[in-house]
Amino acid sequence: MQFICLIYSAPNSEPQPGTHEFGAYMQSYGAFTEKVRADGKFVSGDALQGTETATTVSVRGGKTETMDGPFAETKEQLGGYYLLDCKDIDEALEYAAMIPTAAHGRIEVRPVVVWDN
Amino acid sequence: MLPPLTLERTIDKTVREEWGRILASLVKSLGDLQLAEDCLQDAIVSAMSHWRKNGLPNSPAAWLITVARRKAIDRLRKGQSFAAKQNEISYLFDLENETNDEMDIGDIPDKRLELIFTCCHPALEEKTQVALTLRTLGGLSTEDIARAYLDSADTMQRRLSRAKKKIAAVKIPYRVPDQEDLPERLSTVLRVLYLIFNEGYSASSGECLTRSDLSEEAIRLTRIVSRLLPNETEVAGLLALMLLHDARRTARTNPDGSMIALEHQNRARWNNAKITEGVSILTDTLPKRRIGPYQLQAAISAVHDQSPSWDDTDWQEILALYDLLYEIQPSPVVLINRAMAVSYARSIDDALTLLDQANGDGELDTYQHYFAARADLFSRIEKFEQAASDLKTSIGLSKNDQERAFLHAKLEQCQKNTS
Repeated sequence: MQFICLIYSAPNSEPQPGTHEFGAYMQSYGAFTEKVRADGKFVSGDALQGTETATTVSVRGGKTETMDGPFAETKEQLGGYYLLDCKDIDEALEYAAMIPTAAHGRIEVRPVVVWDN
Repeated sequence: MLPPLTLERTIDKTVREEWGRILASLVKSLGDLQLAEDCLQDAIVSAMSHWRKNGLPNSPAAWLITVARRKAIDRLRKGQSFAAKQNEISYLFDLENETNDEMDIGDIPDKRLELIFTCCHPALEEKTQVALTLRTLGGLSTEDIARAYLDSADTMQRRLSRAKKKIAAVKIPYRVPDQEDLPERLSTVLRVLYLIFNEGYSASSGECLTRSDLSEEAIRLTRIVSRLLPNETEVAGLLALMLLHDARRTARTNPDGSMIALEHQNRARWNNAKITEGVSILTDTLPKRRIGPYQLQAAISAVHDQSPSWDDTDWQEILALYDLLYEIQPSPVVLINRAMAVSYARSIDDALTLLDQANGDGELDTYQHYFAARADLFSRIEKFEQAASDLKTSIGLSKNDQERAFLHAKLEQCQKNTS
């Protein structure tokens, strides 16, 4: 079954581009992606651009409204995701804990709905 | 034909004693907690009429399992996704050929350990772990659990059904964790059992019966886990700890429900059978040399329980045990209890110095037990004004009515001494 791992962190809490730590951080993401691929768990995964690039859309009374900014202003922001194919929650949690951001941010793990028909 | 009263009692007794075992077996074969619970309820209803007509079966528990499985087949057939469930149904038919209502419960593999690890899975909130353990392993009704935790039955019902949905949705497995994960997962199970015990222990047994039942239930469940994991010394340690604490139950409250400190308890009212059992479990467990916090706390309790009077207490032994405990569990509560042991084993001044040092950066300033302990030390060296001031702070920080009443009584005593 598929689990999505939503990667949340405060923007300033992670290594910044240009620092020595950033290189190592990116490498650890590379290593994680390689591992989930090799283990046959990887379905998809992406990093997202910052919430300053977000636009929120809603339709009310047939009228489309757009808002500059994310849906919710929170300290910790959604920065990316992995969609993994795991046998149960234990396995999914085990992989989620290996995502490099888990060390300073949080990973929300949720199963994907399987429609019956 | 059985008289209805006997019948109902037998059903109650079977359900009460075997609920967890029956349910665990059903969950294992059905793979779904809610379905298993619903089918077991169906089977209990059907037992009422069948047993009245045909008399009691050889093994009521095995009968309930067999009938609950048939109910499951019915439910799955009636369900929307009949085609998708073909595999489950034929699996259940196979099972049915292997078991029958003439079997004994002992013939059915005990799956309660698997189930308790599911109920205490870290993906569930602590309060949910507690409620789910009481419901599925203990067989307590949702209403009873709600009453014990001062929730409405509706709220508790929602909490339990949310949890069961989550277990199914994220596939929380029914299995005993691998050796590698076992210590951490087991410590969650033990914490849940201890929380249940304490919930029953810290409440007044007089005014609210369901609460002391919680302690009994915690002991019963810990006994089961201890039987299923005989090599885990901390499970035995927790069981011993519960028994050694529970032995003092009736001696620790006045008839009006107010608390009596260990020092003033009537030791003749302590339960000898429980003390003997607790001590004998410890005697078997400690030599295995895999010491943990529950075993040490049990050992401390055992020293108290075996001491003929407060004055005869072996404080050197207790302090040595607290030293070990503080090494592996340096928490504020252990620190304060250790300081109290120091006050008896060495001197009150030493204990006060220790507490002062511990609160060097004011991190215990919101900790009720810190002030209660200091007040006790101050009043023992007749510094009643300081004691009274600490008691007032302590009362302000306390969240429990009984505890507040206990501290108020001490405060009055102090104020009498100063005037």
